[in-house]
Amino acid sequence: MRETLDPWLFIYVSYAMGVIGTALMVGWSWLGMKAAEARRDRSRER
Amino acid sequence: MHGFANPARFLRIARWLTPLLLLSGIVLSAGSLAWGLWRAPAESLQGETVRILFIHVPTAWLGMAGWSAIAVASLVELVWRHPLAGIAARASALPGAVYTAMCLISGSLWGRPAWGTWWVWDGRLTSMLVLLFLYFGYMALAQASENAGQSRVAAIFGLVGAVNIPIIHYSVLWWNSLHQPPSISVGNSAMAPDFLIPLLVATVGFSLIFGGVVLTRMRTILADAQAEARLRRKAQATEGQA
Repeated sequence: MRETLDPWLFIYVSYAMGVIGTALMVGWSWLGMKAAEARRDRSRER
Repeated sequence: MHGFANPARFLRIARWLTPLLLLSGIVLSAGSLAWGLWRAPAESLQGETVRILFIHVPTAWLGMAGWSAIAVASLVELVWRHPLAGIAARASALPGAVYTAMCLISGSLWGRPAWGTWWVWDGRLTSMLVLLFLYFGYMALAQASENAGQSRVAAIFGLVGAVNIPIIHYSVLWWNSLHQPPSISVGNSAMAPDFLIPLLVATVGFSLIFGGVVLTRMRTILADAQAEARLRRKAQATEGQA
C-alpha cells in the first residue's frame, strides 16, 4: 500500500531551510567582516 | 593577472561590489522562489513537489561550482603564487559547504514524497555527500594554517578533491540511480519554460549571493591578517625599544 504524503509540508520545509540557511550565512559573514574590519581599524589607532 | 593581486585595489572594488552582489542576489532569489512557490504550475508526473527544484538545483550547481572555484584558485596559488588566490579559495569554502548541505537536505525532502525514501546510497547522492566531507576537510586544513590565506597543503587538497566534481556530474549516467539524468545541458533543455526561466533566475540570484559571501569572507581574512601584522610589528618595535 502506498502512503499518501502532503507534498506542501516538504515544499515549505525546503523553502524555509533555503531561506533561513542563506540568511544565516549572509548575516554571519557580513557581521564577521564588519567585526574584523573594526579590529583592523582599532589596531591602526593603537 | 598580478595587476589584480594588490589587496588595496581589491578592497577598493570589493567595498562597493559586496553589497551590490548581496542585495541583487537576495532580490532575484526571493523573486524566483516566490514564483516557484505560487506561480509555477504543478508538474504532470511529480505534482506539486517539483517546486523543490528551485532550491535543490541552484544549491547543487553552486555546491559543485564552489569546489571548482577552490580548485582553480588553488592552481593559481600554487603555480603563479597570486597573493589573493589562496584567500579566494578559503573564502569559497563556507558558501560551497552551506549550499552542498542545502542540496542534500532539499534532495532528501524531495526524495521522500517522490521516491518514497529519504536517502539511497547511489552514485549521485553518495558523491554529493563526499563533497560535503571534502569541504569540511578543506576548511579544517585551511584553518590549521598559520599563514592567513596561504596553505600549500590546503591548495593541493583543493586540487585533488576536484576529481569528485566529474564523478558527481556523470554519476547518473555511469550508474543506476533513482536520481534523474540531467535535464539541462549547454544549449539544450528538456524543461518547459514555466520551470526553466524561474530556475535560471534562481540560479543567477543564488550565484550573486555566493559571490557576495565570497567577497565578505575575503575581506574578513584580509582584515584579520592586516590587524595581526600591525600588532606584531608594534610588539616587535616595543621589544626593540626595551
